[in-house]
Amino acid sequence: MAGLQSDIISTVEFNHSGELLATGDKGGRVVIFQQEQENKIQSHSRGEYNVYSTFQSHEPEFDYLKSLEIEEKINKIRWLPQKNAAQFLLSTNDKTIKLWKISERDKRPEGYNLKEEDGRYRDPTTVTTLRVPVFRPMDLMVEASPRRIFANAHTYHINSISINSDYETYLSADDLRINLWHLEITDRSFNIVDIKPANMEELTEVITAAEFHPNSCNTFVYSSSKGTIRLCDMRASALCDRHSKLFEEPEDPSNRSFFSEIISSISDVKFSHSGRYMMTRDYLSVKIWDLNMENRPVETYQVHEYLRSKLCSLYENDCIFDKFECCWNGSDSVVMTGSYNNFFRMFDRNTKRDITLEASRENNKPRTVLKPRKVCASGKRKKDEISVDSLDFNKKILHTAWHPKENIIAVATTNNLYIFQDKVN
Amino acid sequence: MFARGLKRKCFDHEEEGDGPLAGFRAVPSYDLQRQSLLDMSLVKLQLCHMLVEPNLCRSVLIANTVRQIQEEMTQDGTWRMAAPQGGGPAPLDRLVSTDVLCRSAREQEQGQPGPEDGSFPKGFEDGPAAGLTCDVPSVTVAQAPRHLPSSSSWDLDSSRESRGSFQKSLDQIFETLESKNPSSVEDLFSDVDSSYYDLDTVLTGMMGSSRASPCDTLEGFTPLTAAPPGPGCKADLGELDHVVEILVET
Repeated sequence: MAGLQSDIISTVEFNHSGELLATGDKGGRVVIFQQEQENKIQSHSRGEYNVYSTFQSHEPEFDYLKSLEIEEKINKIRWLPQKNAAQFLLSTNDKTIKLWKISERDKRPEGYNLKEEDGRYRDPTTVTTLRVPVFRPMDLMVEASPRRIFANAHTYHINSISINSDYETYLSADDLRINLWHLEITDRSFNIVDIKPANMEELTEVITAAEFHPNSCNTFVYSSSKGTIRLCDMRASALCDRHSKLFEEPEDPSNRSFFSEIISSISDVKFSHSGRYMMTRDYLSVKIWDLNMENRPVETYQVHEYLRSKLCSLYENDCIFDKFECCWNGSDSVVMTGSYNNFFRMFDRNTKRDITLEASRENNKPRTVLKPRKVCASGKRKKDEISVDSLDFNKKILHTAWHPKENIIAVATTNNLYIFQDKVN
Repeated sequence: MFARGLKRKCFDHEEEGDGPLAGFRAVPSYDLQRQSLLDMSLVKLQLCHMLVEPNLCRSVLIANTVRQIQEEMTQDGTWRMAAPQGGGPAPLDRLVSTDVLCRSAREQEQGQPGPEDGSFPKGFEDGPAAGLTCDVPSVTVAQAPRHLPSSSSWDLDSSRESRGSFQKSLDQIFETLESKNPSSVEDLFSDVDSSYYDLDTVLTGMMGSSRASPCDTLEGFTPLTAAPPGPGCKADLGELDHVVEILVET
């Protein structure tokens, strides 16, 4: 079933309260969903998410100097914490970051002297009395307006944005550089990491993701295509080219192949809410790192180990370059990431149990409990198991998000967004 | 897709051979597999030149893979030259499965029981399945150790040439991303096409013996010959050239 290319969801993010859920797509659009306020009397389920606002965030551009198109695809959305009635989020494509204000309007002024209600101007000579316009209720209207545009600071493709815990600055990272911005200032940014070699021929490693520490406003991390994570302290120097800590797991020599480096490339890095741990996602696994231990992760979870023997094919069809994201639940006890065939995986860090679930309309009716799935790696396939060879590699779940407080998750397949919640009795 | 076409070509020629080549027929050698992977990687790098800026991370990862393969090819080439004469039977019985490149060295040494143990991997006989699919069960494997210290043979002139072409392709790709002069997309494609052609012919040794370097011909022959000692390798080139010609039908 072919959908529009432009409908492909490219990012999913809950806001700080979890009431709003934003998605960005390949066509440059942002769609925001809002959770219905709970009906206190009938609390049999948490509120559903309905479309709240839709707006075009980025448009396609053409770089005339390089004769190259700049895609309008939204790579990342990050919400600012709410300070007043309006909501603010940052959205970015490959080159430009925008700060959007989303505000509600539920009243409108009525009773103008010079205008009719429909907007037509009245003939001034017919005005005999004056009145004061008053605000009257109207149907809720949600407006999105761009408040800041942060442009022309990135030569390479932006892969990450992260808002600092000071709520005044944020970082943006591309393949080779990381810049620090002030939310109020658009014509200037500070370069804090630069790994571009003097000679581009010597380039062997790129930045794949970056994030500020949730509590320490001077600390951030960035991951690389070689499977390393560097933690930097902005107080040390203006240009944070020298890391404070380097996290890297030594390679298992018995597992070495031509694809070792590619599958070690980190596609996502996320701090735990507590700030004590960080999670990285590489092609086959999710790793949890303790910030105090650099030489190896404290936990490793295999997402789809059965793909290890298929790396040749996955290299041939480019799937090996897919960038999966990962996320923590609100209490940092469970982590989640996506896989192929519209499967996604959850790992409980305490019980060490894991589960595979599927996001698809055909196999799940609404309001029914999701059935756990199992992939049969080799040998005899049991009933209800799916063999590796029948997995659909076009159905990939790259983006997932977990509500900051409740057990509600958002899972994006290629064209659709699924929202699942814990069964509430 | 490109890899499949390439392999089929190679194996079609093998069927006409006889004598010392008989055993080599339809044997999916590790070196040919590696060569296919290298060719596929180079094609992937070239295909990066599209209207939208290429994904730098992907390009870098593929380029690193290519470098890795070429380094190993270099090491192997040198290693074959240095191996002792009485090293047992010729490596004809080193049968390598299609998924050897995907699996770890340890797995390969342990071997893996499969329903087709002892027979040729299915993929090569059936033809269409001869892509680098990794679900074909393996046969006996002796993996050449990859970590032997050996001097690089990049000093050889033609090796430098092939490396130069490769570097040129890489340079082009990285230059695109930060080109200071406006360049049209057509120019980009025309440059890419000619350099790829050169690279392809040099690496597969198809241009005839005048352009094939000792390093390249040795690559193609590692399963055939007992490795001659270093100084003697040049003496064998005549015979090797002859065999290359038969294989590639020049």
